[in-house]
Amino acid sequence: MSGLTKKIIAIAGASAFVSGAAMAADLTVVSWGGAYTKSQVEAYHKPWMAKTGKAIVSEDYGGGIAEIKAQVESGNVTWDVVDVELSDAIRACDEGLLETIDHSILPPAPDGTPATEDFLPGTLHDCAVANIVWSSVYAYDSSKTRNWNKPTTMADFFNTKAYPGKRGMRKSPKVTMEFALIADGVPVSEVYDVLGTEEGVARAFAKLDTIKDDVVWWEAGAQPPQLLADGEVVFSTAWNGRVFNAKNAEGQSFEMVWDGQIYDLDLWVIPKGSKNKEAALDFVAFSTATEQLAAQASWISYGPARASSEARIGTFHSDDSINMAVHMPTAAGNFKNALQNDFEFWADNADQLNERFNAWLSK
Amino acid sequence: MADSQTAPLEPITAADGTPLKKKLAQALFRSRVRAVSLVVPLFAFVMASFVIPIFALMWQGVYNDRFSSHMPNLTEQLTMWDGLTEPNEIMYGALVADLTTARANRTIGRVATRVNQEYPGTRSLFTSTARKAKKLKPPFKESVIKTNKKWDNIEVWQAMKITSQDLTPGFYATALDGRYTVDQGFVRQDENRQIYVKLFWRTMLISATVMGLCLLLGYPVAYLLATLPLRTSNLLMIMVLLPFWTSLLVRTTAWIAILQSQGVINDLMVYIGITADDARFSLIYNMTGTIIAMTHILLPFMILPLYSVMKTIPPSYMRAARSLGATPTMAFIKVYMPQTIPGIGAGGLLVFILAIGYYITPALVGGQDGQLISNMIAYHMQKSLNWSLAAALGGILLAGVLVLYWAYDKVIGIDNMKLG
Repeated sequence: MSGLTKKIIAIAGASAFVSGAAMAADLTVVSWGGAYTKSQVEAYHKPWMAKTGKAIVSEDYGGGIAEIKAQVESGNVTWDVVDVELSDAIRACDEGLLETIDHSILPPAPDGTPATEDFLPGTLHDCAVANIVWSSVYAYDSSKTRNWNKPTTMADFFNTKAYPGKRGMRKSPKVTMEFALIADGVPVSEVYDVLGTEEGVARAFAKLDTIKDDVVWWEAGAQPPQLLADGEVVFSTAWNGRVFNAKNAEGQSFEMVWDGQIYDLDLWVIPKGSKNKEAALDFVAFSTATEQLAAQASWISYGPARASSEARIGTFHSDDSINMAVHMPTAAGNFKNALQNDFEFWADNADQLNERFNAWLSK
Repeated sequence: MADSQTAPLEPITAADGTPLKKKLAQALFRSRVRAVSLVVPLFAFVMASFVIPIFALMWQGVYNDRFSSHMPNLTEQLTMWDGLTEPNEIMYGALVADLTTARANRTIGRVATRVNQEYPGTRSLFTSTARKAKKLKPPFKESVIKTNKKWDNIEVWQAMKITSQDLTPGFYATALDGRYTVDQGFVRQDENRQIYVKLFWRTMLISATVMGLCLLLGYPVAYLLATLPLRTSNLLMIMVLLPFWTSLLVRTTAWIAILQSQGVINDLMVYIGITADDARFSLIYNMTGTIIAMTHILLPFMILPLYSVMKTIPPSYMRAARSLGATPTMAFIKVYMPQTIPGIGAGGLLVFILAIGYYITPALVGGQDGQLISNMIAYHMQKSLNWSLAAALGGILLAGVLVLYWAYDKVIGIDNMKLG
């Protein structure tokens, strides 16, 4: 009996003990934890378990492909389905760490549109199927009285004269440098062309220089809502789902500024050598069906990756007065000036720009 | 009498007739086997879980065969190439052949990532050309350059030549803010990318500061613990140990709540009138915050060894010194302190080595100038997946610690250390 089987039996045994129901773990699904994992458990895991009678063990991780790489290369693959960012999905696929996913297994939309046409452009890949669109935006606490007009643009984030005070930003060149260029007047369609040149990088750092002394750098996604709530910063960049959650589930009065938002995808991938590949494929197909994606959107404000899901988005699970559709990154009102994170640019330049970013930070 | 004189020449035998010497050797051997077999599990465990993985990882710092194992034909050509002349048609042919295979085997990403580490911005060059490689027709030089003119850049080829060498000093060069090139050997990294050496020094500086502060704060506490009556000192001991048992993350976040500009200390300062409301102190998200939080977290590691040493110092020595005419200060400095050196050494070394490897606390409270080298190691282990560079950075850190350990042994003597 392999170590894995033993482990699963141990986990299954423990859960059977707790729930009183006879369960055996047939699939290990790994995601980012918190409100996000909860939305997936409610919208995907529970209906799938009810349909198939199989059990899912849900694990949390912090992103990146280090664990997948370690598991695949050591031949001891314990994760079956993993929720990853686009750049990581492409990279892991290129490195041969993932199973390929045949798109013909994905269910068509209710009106019969094939999946390959129903999914939004750029959301289907050889080894990965997207489930949500999430976004980096900036937010502020509207309950704190301040003598300024409501901020509306990315340029306002960098305007310390009109909006004095500290700003929270993620300690990473990714997104931060794009925000700087957008604020400096580069149209979103040209951001990566500009950032690809030496002058563009210098320009981004020059813009960041103007607020460097006012920045509080955050690393974990849970920090920005905390920084805002404590009044430690007046603005903070953040992930839109976290801000939404703090506002509607925890009663904070945060407002988001969608101008210049940078959106990205989260996708399902299957590590190469998964011991439950069949079940994993079935789960991926099931969870990315129109109805499941729409159901997830009632738990968290991340946009479904299918066009046919959008019309079915309902209200927030705990509050019928909140119409979820207007809170999605892809909602028309929010999507006016949006930029998609360019995974290829970052695959090429992440190492170099990370060194430069850290050198700039410690200057 | 004559008989008794000859008797010792006969070997003394045990009850069963075997010579006693042999019997003794057998008995000793058996007990030695027993002793060794008791140690074997631990030894095997330490080897398998500690020594071998560390050496395997360290080895990655100088050895990386990602390029050569997936691009065999090109590697052969690159080995023969001098690195200065224009790449020829045969090399381009080998490139196309290897790209086609690597694409089919889904290994092109590994090759592309490896070259990208050496020459940033080339990752997509490899993956995109590999997608087209199958359809390329000779002459390959022309058709390859037509897909992307970057292939005409000799620096790309030089980067490939560097990466095609399995045994490479390149990662150590990068870890020391340098670059290893085909034509010039080691050169300095571009100035705006130099970061690692600075971070090494900062790590050493912060660790030394934290160690000094721990000693300064921990010494009196340990002295109190060792000299107060048992009931009081037990209470004090619990107060030292309680935070020790609390999660690291909880303690770090507690410091955020206390030190931030809208936090307890700043509120108090404003209330008392020491500072104005709009000029609050920045005590966190900078080096100050890192030092305060790390000192607090590592303090027990200083107090406990000091306490265990101080506990063994008989109070009669101090009394003797006083009765011989020493002032209290003199007696403390000349008699008491020298006896606590083993504790200072143990605590100092423990705190310093733990501080060198800290990365969660600096990541959370460090802000822009509280970043340490371990944050970069974690980044390369988890995010960039450049494990070779992480190994090189770790190797330098390990070497640094060993040098300090050696210096400690020379100056104070390692036998003098007492951990508990």
